[in-house]
Amino acid sequence: MNDENTGPEAEDRVTGEEVDTEPASNGPDRRIWARITGAEGDWRSQVLVPVLAVFTALVIGAVIIAVSDVDLLGLWGDDAGEAFRQTLARIGDAYGGLFKGAFGSVRGVSETFTWATPLILAGLSVAIGFRAGLFNIGAEGQMLMGGMLALVIGFQLNVTIWLHLPLAILGGFIGGAIWGGIPGWLRARTGAHEVITTIMFNWIAIRFVDYALKTTFIQREGRPDRISKDVLESARLPKLLSWIDPQYRLNAGIIVALLAAWGVYWLLFKSTVGFEFRAVGANPDGARYAGMNVTRAYILVMAVAGGLGGLAGSTQILGVLGNATPGFSANLGFDAIALALLGRSHPFGVVLAGILFGALRAGGQQMQVASDVGIDLILVIQALIVVFIAAPELIRAIFRVRAVKAAEQITRGWAT
Amino acid sequence: MTAATATAPRVLRSPAEIRRSRIIGIIYLMLAAFVLVVFAMGTEGDATFKLAATGDRFEIPDLVLSAAGLSYVAAAFLAFLGGIQLTRGFGKATNIILGLAMAVIAFTFLGWAAAGKSLSLVGMLQLTVVKSVPITFGALSGVMCERVAVINIGIEGMLLSGAFLGALIGSVAGPWMGILAGILVGGLLAFALAVLAIKYRVDQIIAGVVINIFALGITSYLTSSILVENSDTLNRVDIFRAWKVPLLGDIPFIGPIFFNHNFFVYGMYVLVAVIAFALFKTRWGLRSRAVGEHPKAADTLGINVFRFRYLNVILGGMIAGFGGAYFTVGSAGAFDENMSAGRGFIGLAAMIFGRWHPVGALGAALVFGFADSLQAKLAILQTPIPGEFLLMAPYIVTVIVVAGVVGRARPPAADGQPYVKE
Amino acid sequence: MELELKGITKRFPGVLANDRVNLEIKSGEILGLLGENGAGKTTLMNILYGLYSATEGDILIDGRVQDFQSPGDAIAAGIGMVHQHFMLVPVFSVAENVVLGVEPTRAAGILNMEEARRDVRQISAKYGLEVDPDAVIEDLPVGIQQRVEIIKVLFRQAEIIVFDEPTAVLTPQEVEEFFGIVRSLRDAGKGIIFITHKLDEIREVADRINVLRRGRIVGEADPKVVGKEELAELMVGRPVELVVAKEEANPGAPVLEVEDLVVLDDRNHPNVDGVSFTVHAGEIVGIAGVQGNGQTELVEALTGLRTALSGVVRLSGEVVTDDTPREIHRKSVAHVPEDRQRSGLVLTFTVAENLVLDSYYDEPFSRGVVMDWGRTRENARALVEEYDVRTPSIEVEVRNLSGGNQQKVIVAREFSRDVKFTVASQPTRGLDVGSIEYIHERIVKERDAGGAILIVSTELDEVMALSDRILVMYRGKIVAERRPDETDTTKLGLFMAGVTET
Repeated sequence: MNDENTGPEAEDRVTGEEVDTEPASNGPDRRIWARITGAEGDWRSQVLVPVLAVFTALVIGAVIIAVSDVDLLGLWGDDAGEAFRQTLARIGDAYGGLFKGAFGSVRGVSETFTWATPLILAGLSVAIGFRAGLFNIGAEGQMLMGGMLALVIGFQLNVTIWLHLPLAILGGFIGGAIWGGIPGWLRARTGAHEVITTIMFNWIAIRFVDYALKTTFIQREGRPDRISKDVLESARLPKLLSWIDPQYRLNAGIIVALLAAWGVYWLLFKSTVGFEFRAVGANPDGARYAGMNVTRAYILVMAVAGGLGGLAGSTQILGVLGNATPGFSANLGFDAIALALLGRSHPFGVVLAGILFGALRAGGQQMQVASDVGIDLILVIQALIVVFIAAPELIRAIFRVRAVKAAEQITRGWAT
Repeated sequence: MTAATATAPRVLRSPAEIRRSRIIGIIYLMLAAFVLVVFAMGTEGDATFKLAATGDRFEIPDLVLSAAGLSYVAAAFLAFLGGIQLTRGFGKATNIILGLAMAVIAFTFLGWAAAGKSLSLVGMLQLTVVKSVPITFGALSGVMCERVAVINIGIEGMLLSGAFLGALIGSVAGPWMGILAGILVGGLLAFALAVLAIKYRVDQIIAGVVINIFALGITSYLTSSILVENSDTLNRVDIFRAWKVPLLGDIPFIGPIFFNHNFFVYGMYVLVAVIAFALFKTRWGLRSRAVGEHPKAADTLGINVFRFRYLNVILGGMIAGFGGAYFTVGSAGAFDENMSAGRGFIGLAAMIFGRWHPVGALGAALVFGFADSLQAKLAILQTPIPGEFLLMAPYIVTVIVVAGVVGRARPPAADGQPYVKE
Repeated sequence: MELELKGITKRFPGVLANDRVNLEIKSGEILGLLGENGAGKTTLMNILYGLYSATEGDILIDGRVQDFQSPGDAIAAGIGMVHQHFMLVPVFSVAENVVLGVEPTRAAGILNMEEARRDVRQISAKYGLEVDPDAVIEDLPVGIQQRVEIIKVLFRQAEIIVFDEPTAVLTPQEVEEFFGIVRSLRDAGKGIIFITHKLDEIREVADRINVLRRGRIVGEADPKVVGKEELAELMVGRPVELVVAKEEANPGAPVLEVEDLVVLDDRNHPNVDGVSFTVHAGEIVGIAGVQGNGQTELVEALTGLRTALSGVVRLSGEVVTDDTPREIHRKSVAHVPEDRQRSGLVLTFTVAENLVLDSYYDEPFSRGVVMDWGRTRENARALVEEYDVRTPSIEVEVRNLSGGNQQKVIVAREFSRDVKFTVASQPTRGLDVGSIEYIHERIVKERDAGGAILIVSTELDEVMALSDRILVMYRGKIVAERRPDETDTTKLGLFMAGVTET
């Protein structure tokens, strides 16, 4: 029983006439725009909706700030004017700190891009999955496993930087690729849904890192707690702004991230492999009829996605941290989901969204210092952004913007 | 010309099935070898299993087995199963036999771990039931939602929120109010999911993930901004104590495992029974299932698809919120960041393993609960297995189960698809 | 009871599906509503049934204006509908499906299934619609499922019953039986609206005919006097050639040889059960049969989508039984799949992308792993021109095209290569007459160029018109082979129903 055929689209369209397509004089510029963004629709849905989504999320975040201070809530009963003033001041402090921490100084910008690096890479990991109809929630675990392999190569080998650094980065990619590839293989071969398996692989990875950091091979000598040996200097991603101030953490990882974004773009839109990925994502049955190997595509997509997640982990280890401690992935793999959606699962959108989320992370720490509003608020804001991105009609309802693209079905349920 | 005689369609075994059958057979043999090498060889001493809990009315003697002997028997049994599987196959009983084999391996594993020591089997199984509580509630929540074809990935977030408000409100207004608050917040998040999934037709998996991120963020934020400073007044709730059911609780072995628990466990039993009955024996259940299998058919018969989906999703969220409250009000007594630790997702796996049936979900949750109880009980025995690996057990079992049964279990036909009226 | 539709207009974004339609029907008559695919018949009936709301116009019952917000309202007003795609829950029993929505219950909403079974048996007996109330729908043949649909409608005490394309899934014999049921319902005082695009059927069963074209009622006819050609012209809006013009076939060497093929379906039944046949160069072989008798599995096995359990498939002498779809594609096989939206196209891809969907992997559309979008676009422009695909641009997503143009995209893609063997399943299902004629013409042209062609269709008329040789499939076996000029639809219908020669 194919319900698709009973809708007005199929059965009752007056045939022979093209009715609801765009006019033939569809300007070339708009077509190029659609090509670049990989999606149909005009600037409203491509630019306005994301901007309004971020704005609305920040407004709701402000409300949460206002109601989450117990003392301040008590004040409303005594002196509403004063409470109002203090509430505004608190919100002002928080968002002021947020902005200053992100863009207010060279250090802030450096921090923003330092955070953006793993975020972009993990975001690409999720985005490439979405393009192929797979939901990779496992970027967190892939970061951990990739990062651990990069770490081991980083402290174990002792070769020139020209060999050592690329090897360590490659190791990160491979570690993540294996950790992502297994769920891909399970999905392709057994139908085990990647949402469940990747989540489980996250937890397995977390426990594994806990274990590994206690082994004599990895644990730093003379330390009782879970901390690894340091990566050798020859495997460290060079700092880019040390000529201004050696404290600035921005490193060559950002270049890796941008190259990866370009690589994903090329893969998705310029190569036959990407053509297959996108076809499998949009219609696996159709892809099979067209002779594509859907099983291989699923495994490959998840391996590449995992590899990108692994790169995110290794830029953290090799560029920022220099060693591993439990939870060094810092939940960035979960931020990546929101980020990929905000970036419309397009590599260039992911870069922009990654910079925004990097700014939130960098600014969030300043916010915590400036106003004692906890950094976890950032997570809430990110979740709200995704709500508005995923349900553009909400934005339409709030702001009365017309012609917003309807929500899309990206993933598939348990029935494969 | 003569009319063709109607014959029942023949059923043959497809190449894929024959291959699967062979693979299972080979796995049996490999497991037999594994049990032989790892559990049997070089293992000495007897394993003592305690079958009675302290304070039991009836004394039952301990079960003492030679760990190595047990392993040899188990290996032989597995090899025997492998042999039959490879030559003849078990046909319809394949899955039951597979479950039996897993149980044998689990028991052998316990024997090996307890070699030369004593392990309270009754305590372990009691903990299994306890550990399965949030998983079962998560699975029941999933059953409620998916029977009307809404995928609820947000169960994890609902558990977490239920746990948080259970602790906060429970500390301020008492544990019963804590539970109520947990139920309400679960329902509220489910309402958000329903609006996104049903009204705005957002991809259901994405909507659920958003709810998880939101719940993790807001509970962590509020924990650090409110609970930490006031942990004595706002994050310390009186937990429910265990209550032994008269008569049932005195049954040897069974009693302490199933009938000496707190309110949440009994709530779980009742809920499983009620939902199972309601789904398959009432008008509400018939309509709900119709909405999940063929919403358009339900719609053409005047059944309000949207109303059923909203109602059941919200009820499902309330169940998850109730289950979440267990973490704080029923167990830990205080909230801790991300304390649900993936139990909501394991609940989804239990739902799939249990074939979208409440009783099946409970059974599956007990399997996961067993894996979850390993670390707590085996850490004392000082096995050579690192504790971190024991902590992985529920997650690994989940992956194996999901990989093993999905594709063979059939979800509601419209699962995950938004319903478009016009 | 008297039902009247007055000035019903329905607009979808960009489409005028119904344009001021007027209809009348009384108890005890059968109204035939004739129109080709896409004429707006289903939309009209969905409005009557409360599934859609009309943009303009009124529904009147016995002179009173009705306001149907949902099917529930329509049911309460005495309107019943048997949908083209059955609205049955496959995993429910017959009784459960019948009572769904109006369930007999005991206290506290607990179902009373005994009463439900009793009611089903009662209706079965009264109208001669025999069915087991405890059978599960998915195990029943479609003919029986249709009975369940009718029982459902009668259980709700409908006075006006709408049948939407009810014969599409039935054998000619089942159709006769179905007409008997319809007539007895009429004689029992029900009003029947019979929707179809089949000229013979409507002339046989209807008391009155209304013709719908492009959303408008364009004429009325008396089935006793109106001729088939006249009716066809009314339906399509221009004279229609009812037969496919083609020369005598000139078969050459065997291209496809199938020997003793056995293929399992998803539930492991041997749905293709020892099939052998040959298709030669320059001939069209048609496979007739009721849906679900193994045609789908046969085609999937031929194109590499399903592994055969046993048997051999040869292409120009080479064994291809275990080849993948890609390998078979490389061996110059074209495949027009059964369900164009599900498997033939990627709806969110552009016309240009869909036109290279199965040949993107090789020159000239890519080199190595690099796509050549320039060549791809050139190819698209040329094919859109040659195959008359009506699209505003080659960069438009193919989901925005009409069904006929979507099918033309598939045909263009498959026929534009140098192919030896073509298999086309349901090549014209759901299309308007113009597109059907065009696609038939293309298929014949392909044959005349020396291609070997296998057509699978459940439309007996189509198989008769196109084929040079007809094979009838029943329960996984080929039960008859005939030339179209030595048989007729009645005889083929008997084979399709499993009646064999002795």
